Order: sequence, then C-alpha cells, then structure tokens
Amino acid sequence: MPVISLTVNGNPVTVEVEARSLLSGVLRSNLALTGTHVGCDTSQCGACVVHVDGKPVKSCAMLAVQADGASVTTIEGLAKNGKLHPMQEAFREHHGLQCGFCTPGMLMSAVALAEQNPDLDDAAVRKGLEGNLCRCTGYQNIVHAVLDGAKAMRG
Amino acid sequence: MYDFTYHRPDTLDEAVKIFSDADDPQFMAGGQTIIPVMKQRLAMPSDVIDLGKIGELQGISIVGDTLTIGAMTSHAEVASSADVKKAVPALAQLANDIGDPAVRNRGSIGGSIANNDPAADYPAALVALGATIHTTSREIAAEDFFTGLFETALDEGEIIAKIAIPVPDKAAYMKFPQPASRFALVGVFVAKSGDQVCVAVTGAGPCVFRATDFEKALEKNFSADALDGISISSEELSTDIHASAQYRASLVTTLARRAVENAA
Ligand SMILES: Cc1cc2nc3c(=O)[nH]c(=O)nc-3n(C[C@H](O)[C@H](O)[C@H](O)COP(=O)(O)OP(=O)(O)OC[C@H]3O[C@@H](n4cnc5c(N)ncnc54)[C@H](O)[C@@H]3O)c2cc1C
Ligand code: FES
Ligand code: FES
Repeated sequence: MPVISLTVNGNPVTVEVEARSLLSGVLRSNLALTGTHVGCDTSQCGACVVHVDGKPVKSCAMLAVQADGASVTTIEGLAKNGKLHPMQEAFREHHGLQCGFCTPGMLMSAVALAEQNPDLDDAAVRKGLEGNLCRCTGYQNIVHAVLDGAKAMRG
Repeated sequence: MYDFTYHRPDTLDEAVKIFSDADDPQFMAGGQTIIPVMKQRLAMPSDVIDLGKIGELQGISIVGDTLTIGAMTSHAEVASSADVKKAVPALAQLANDIGDPAVRNRGSIGGSIANNDPAADYPAALVALGATIHTTSREIAAEDFFTGLFETALDEGEIIAKIAIPVPDKAAYMKFPQPASRFALVGVFVAKSGDQVCVAVTGAGPCVFRATDFEKALEKNFSADALDGISISSEELSTDIHASAQYRASLVTTLARRAVENAA
C-alpha cells in the first residue's frame, strides 16, 4: 500500500493508505480529524472542504495519494492556542449555523474567500459559497458572518 | 471505488509509457469527474496515471496573437490569469463561472475537454475561438475534436498537452446555468475576428455545435438586432427534467443576442 507524507494543520504525518482512499476518509479515519464532514460524498455539498496548499478543495473528490507532499489545513487547524479564528468567532456572533453540519466546510471556504478577496460584498460571498450547501439557515446569517469575519481577518 | 495502482509521472513520455504497459489504465487530471465516476464503479481502471505533476502540462503564455494554455491548468488559474483576462476576457469569465471555487481549484481545461460533457463550458469557447488542441501525437482543430456525446477524437493513450487559442477581436460567453450544478443548461460563445464571426452552442444538444445561420447574419451586421427572426430548430436538441428542446432553442437565441451585446 502507498505510504504518503504530508503536513496536516502544521504537523508532519506519514500514513499508509490504499490508492483508492479519499482524502476525506484518511483525515477522518486514519488521523481522527472528524471535524471534516462528509455530507453527500458526491461533490455537491462542500461539507468536506479543506485547504490543500492554501486552496479550498472538496476532500471527498481528492485521493489521499494526491495530497502526498502537500500541506493540508482542516477545521481543527483554524483555532490557534485555544482562541477561535476570527471567522469562527463571526459565525458564533451572527448565529451563522443551526445544526452545524455544514459549518466546517462553510468556514474553510469562507476563510479562503476572505483571504483571496480584500473587498467582499454580499453578492461575492454568495458566489464564493456556491459549492457549500446548508439545509438549515437559509444562508442569511452565514453571509453576515462571512462579511464580518472577513473584516476581522483584515484586522 | 475499486482499488488500483497509482502513478504520478513527472514527464509526458513517462505517462505514455505507463499507459502502454498497463492493463486497463486511466489518466487523471483534476479528478473532479473521474473520481466520482470511479466512486460509482462506472469506471474500474487497473492503473490511474495522475497528470498533476507533469511540468509540460502547466502554464499559460501569450506569444504574438496566440494564447496557449497547458492542459493541467485549473479553471481557477485561467479565471485569474492576467494574460487570459487581457487577451480573451470572455474565457476568464467562463472559467470563473464553472462549478464552484473548490471545483475550480482542482478541475482542469484538459480534463474538461477530454470528458466532453454535453453541458461543459469550455467546448463552446474552443470551437468559437477556433482553438487547436495539441496532443502527444498531433494537432487537432477544436471543431474536429468534439465528436459526440462524451466523445472526442482522442485515441487510446493520447494525452492533451496544451490548447492554442488565436486571440479574437472580441468575444463573449453567456450561460444559463442549471442552478444546482451550474453546468450550462445552454451556453453560447460568440467570437469575432476581422470579418469572421463564430457562434458555438453548448448544453443544448448532445455535443457542442455551431449556429451557422447566426454566424452569417452577424458577419453582415454584428449587432443583436441582426438575429431578429433567426432561431435554431429544436429538432436535434435535448429534452430532460430541466428543460425542453423548445426552451433550449429559445435560450440559444436569447443568449446569442446577449453575447453579441456584451462582446469585448
Ligand atoms: C460540483 C461540480 C460542478 C461542475 N460544474 C461545471 C460547470 O459549471 N461547467 C463545466 O464545464 N464543468 C463543470 N464541472 C466539471 C469540471 O469542470 C471538471 O473539472 C471537468 O469536467 C473535468 O476536469 P478534471 O481536470 O477534473 O478531469 P478528470 O476528472 O481528472 O478527468 C476527466 C477525463 O478526462 C481524461 N483526461 C484528463 N486530462 C486529460 C488529458 N490531458 N489528456 C487526455 N485525457 C485527459 C481523464 O482520463 C478522464 O477520462 C463540475 C464538476 C463538479 C464536481
Ligand atoms: S461530502 Fe464532499 S462535497 Fe459533499
Ligand atoms: S447549519 Fe445545518 S446544514 Fe447548515
């Protein structure tokens, strides 16, 4: 079986996987990082979004072997020293979640969106989150949270 | 997904060699189509050859009036490339409206055209722009490349290396997205170069096609009004749960008009 080495949330890891193992499965099962959710397993919902070399990708549509040598950030890597990331804080402040199932993917997409676009507006947030589905909130509070979180990230 | 042997070659030569030595191999670019297909067990290759680390497939450049895009270039890279935005802004916009950000970070232009989904966006652009597809063995005009429903002119083991696009005077792409997938319910790409106008339609039928009546009218008079009273027959168009063939035919005219109005 292939052995891959990658950095996950800043920590180097080496793990033996099957060629067919999905990144989402390896994160959750082999590395016990269950914050990454698998909602649909068919590339539709975005609950499984993580950053690979800084870019958001759907980890249910990427093989773990493709991440060999890459740097991966999951939802567990956002908070630093027990302090929530500004985007997480904004989701809490604005009640940007109800059941919370979509939230890890929403946050990973939102953080990347804010990093790439210095001035986000309502429409840009909605376009940027097109790949993330939420069955609870109706999105309104998520959009408020992302706009505020993005502002907080700029400092 | 059935298991397979995974390869990640550094060069095209190596990729071709691995392909010819394997039982039932499959190339993989961004994996955004092939991984879901393998998960459904609709494909069960013995060997997967990842094209992601092949330097020869990367990069965007402009030389003279030709824009060249490596096959592994992601939709996100095309969307944000200063060269593409300057030379063919319609192409950057098209790439920016494919799927969603996560799909755009992995999906590639080569994978999209090799797959030739009837609702994919790039085929319309490449046909309308008169692009040339460079493979490991030859050069193919875009019009001859897309041969049918999920069918292309590619032979077994042939790899798309890059796509060469002549820079047009102006162009625009208008798509009516299917709201759940954002694939094109119908998409129309209009390109004008000198006296020549090319109108290519995706999403409407089983494979990209040119609307030649539209082209003739626009060559005489490049304005939306030139399309008054011209429509395409719905006979060979697709009907599914999303739209009837008649509705698709009507969208072709509407989107073509908007594309002409917005050509830049
Ligand atoms: C949620 C979602 C939404 C999407 N929305 C859109 C949309 O709006 N518009 C749109 O056009 N597309 C859309 N797509 C498809 C997306 O653009 C894919 O990226 C694309 O179809 C396949 O590209 P890939 O690089 O992922 O190819 P892969 O999945 O890796 O490969 C696809 C096929 O092409 C072959 N192949 C790949 N590269 C080469 C090459 N260089 N030479 C020869 N053969 C090759 C492979 O063997 C395979 O058979 C969407 C996909 C998803 C999951
Ligand atoms: S679990 Fe990956 S997109 Fe839904
Ligand atoms: S909060 Fe429940 S799915 Fe989004």
